[in-house]
Amino acid sequence: MSVTRLERRERLIRLSLLMIALSAVSILLVITVYIFSEGTPIMFKYGLKKFLFSLDWFPLEKSFGLLPMIIGSLFVTGGALVIGVPLGLACAVVLTEFSSKRLRSFLKPVVELLAGIPSVVYGFIGVVILIPFIRDRLGGPGFSVLAASVILGIMILPTIISISIDSLEAVPRSYREGSIALGATRWQTTRMVMFPAAKSGIVASIILGMGRAIGETMAVIMIAGNAATIPHSLLDPVRTLTSNIALELGYAAGEHRQALFATGVILFIIIMILNTIANLTSRKSKP
Amino acid sequence: MSRICHQKYALALTFSLAFFLGVLSACARSSAQRGLVVAGSTSIQPFADHWAEVYMKENPGRVVNVQGGGSSAGIQASREGAADIGMSSRELKPEEHDLLEVIVAWDGLAIIVHPENGTEGLSLEQVQGIFSGNVDNWSALGGPKHAITVVTREEGSGTRGTFQEMVMKSSRITPRAIVQDSNGTVREIVANDRHSIGYISLGLVNEKVKALRFESVEPSYENIDRKKYRLIRPFLFLTKGPPNRAARDFINFVLSKQTQELIRNNGLIPIFKED
Amino acid sequence: MRLSIHPRTEQSIMRVLLWLLTAITVFILFFIIFYVLKRGLPVVSLEFLTKNPAEMGKAGGIFSTIVGTGALTVLAILIATPLGVGSAIFLTEYTQESWVTRVIRFGSECLAGIPSIIFGLFGFILFVTKLGFGWSLLSGGLTLAFMILPTIIRTSEEAIRSVPYAYREVSFSLGSTRWQTVTRVVLPSALPGIATGVILSVGRSIGETAAVIFTSGSSLHIPTSLFSSSRTMSVHFYILAREGISMDNAYGTAAVLIIAILGINVLAYSLMNRFIRRYR
Repeated sequence: MSVTRLERRERLIRLSLLMIALSAVSILLVITVYIFSEGTPIMFKYGLKKFLFSLDWFPLEKSFGLLPMIIGSLFVTGGALVIGVPLGLACAVVLTEFSSKRLRSFLKPVVELLAGIPSVVYGFIGVVILIPFIRDRLGGPGFSVLAASVILGIMILPTIISISIDSLEAVPRSYREGSIALGATRWQTTRMVMFPAAKSGIVASIILGMGRAIGETMAVIMIAGNAATIPHSLLDPVRTLTSNIALELGYAAGEHRQALFATGVILFIIIMILNTIANLTSRKSKP
Repeated sequence: MSRICHQKYALALTFSLAFFLGVLSACARSSAQRGLVVAGSTSIQPFADHWAEVYMKENPGRVVNVQGGGSSAGIQASREGAADIGMSSRELKPEEHDLLEVIVAWDGLAIIVHPENGTEGLSLEQVQGIFSGNVDNWSALGGPKHAITVVTREEGSGTRGTFQEMVMKSSRITPRAIVQDSNGTVREIVANDRHSIGYISLGLVNEKVKALRFESVEPSYENIDRKKYRLIRPFLFLTKGPPNRAARDFINFVLSKQTQELIRNNGLIPIFKED
Repeated sequence: MRLSIHPRTEQSIMRVLLWLLTAITVFILFFIIFYVLKRGLPVVSLEFLTKNPAEMGKAGGIFSTIVGTGALTVLAILIATPLGVGSAIFLTEYTQESWVTRVIRFGSECLAGIPSIIFGLFGFILFVTKLGFGWSLLSGGLTLAFMILPTIIRTSEEAIRSVPYAYREVSFSLGSTRWQTVTRVVLPSALPGIATGVILSVGRSIGETAAVIFTSGSSLHIPTSLFSSSRTMSVHFYILAREGISMDNAYGTAAVLIIAILGINVLAYSLMNRFIRRYR
């Protein structure tokens, strides 16, 4: 008798969990579908080529050319990688290969904690310290590609460092010990054995950092200048796709609003591509 | 999983989603709980916040929430119902006249530079030249040889809208200008950059920046009163249709003699003339 | 033609270079925290934490923003955690691995990477405008919940998956049902991982600005209901700092923010370490 009651309860629980999972999935679906359904029509109505490649973003005159912002996002993310990757990898390598275990167990959690600092604080530091420096020593208004790249580069450091450290630590000890036994120096071991072995994880960390840099909004609005035009130098102001949405979200109506959703679609697709690449590289090489 | 048939799936899915949204949506439209929402112009926002503070002190139990977003955002919000009162710091465009408007104050528009900037005044042509990007060096105006950093508001800003209409007229503000989304931020930038120029609400000018003479007229309240300084714009409260009870109370409060006196002290121009 | 440097020299050079870069990195990261704390902590006092902002934030404290931040975060966690953990349990324990679960996982990973401003856009159009919730804790809480849901699903799933199958086998062999196994064997083991995910999401919610400013608004009053607007500490800091309303109060708010987030992260790590030691 109690067996069937138990069975019935189990089935009820399973159904409830199913409903919960379906709700969660439907929420994720709703978000995706909503963004795509609001954003795609205008891309085709306006002309996909014009949308992506026109230089004129004058939304109140119905001119929706995203090219300056696409290039802005590209420059700023690229700049962030130029700064974040060398510094981050150097830090990861030093902490795993060239320092004591105690130092590593102290610094690694600290670096990860730093990932939690809100982006507006980074932006603010950029405004009070970096921008006057660029403006007075290097020229230009200070609000620039350079400022955004530096701040974003700093922001993605914790991500790159902690994931790279994890990947390097995951390489079997035998690799390192074998290499040293053959007479290689620690640096040669790092360069020729550890890096290639940990490559997938390191690449994943860089891609994750890239994703964070592309998606950053608040810090960029504070320091990049938000000029909707292609920057000609590192010292020129720039606007990214994300800041574009944030600046105009409040008052955009009708087609303008749809154009912002379309920008969201583009960002969505970029993130999907990045995630796919990260998945593929991490699946390819597992030591 | 294959045992549960597709019908149950679809049912559970639709049920969960619809239930979720329906319940919340049904509870939603009770403005009594959320207080009076006043949203829009960032020029009006600090003043509206002050008026709300006084209003709530005098009427305990009433809540007024002031949000920013910019004039166009305020217009949108009042039209879509997100706000009970929309705030706009520019005149309404012809297609926006479906909303009811009340002028609650007047404000000047000041063109500002860094306090140590040598320029004291500019003509209309000079301002147009600078903001359109045609004149891009201070040396053209007798200043040091340095590029001019133009700072402007975002496109939805009422301040920018007024500036565009009254000063720029048919020329566009250069897309190479730095764009910021509130008066306070523009003021901060100009206050820190010796080679910059921008425009903000006259009521927000403080000792950190210098307001320039426009067409040889000093931007002051006397000059606005005497109709000599012509860069002025109305502060509008907008409602979609006749205002609801809470909105009407607040609007009447702002229009009252006592608040208008406060407005004069705020640094704005009241709607009544002082006799 | 390759330069032939003796490997040991090469190592010495690289060592110096790498340590230099590391020192720069660590210096920058620590500098940011110390700079903010140095200028902010003097401002933080009991009064600062318990009084409401006055004069647009130029005077007074940040109490209402603390309440707003807390309310918003609690709401988001209350919505996202049951949904996320429940889904993770279902996906791992009650279904077979198939293309459906893979698609769900990929979708959830993608959404975890979507910029927060997109959630702000979504939340503003759907909750604030179309559904009529207005700028409110509800709009903000729902938006934040949707933002952290993918992360909670992902971390919970990983945590549950990492529980050795042997645990479940033993439980089944003793005659327990699936649900009993889940609640009494799997979940307790997976709890540190799940808790870490939840706590890290809390940290993320507290620091979130873009999604919050468009959905929960920037009202300076203490929120009294789900439908009241409220300002969070990050939004307050953002507004104070950008408009130069009060640099001191801005630094103070930032200091409180940083300490709160760091504190939460430290809590997460110490909890995780304690549970790992106890259960493994």
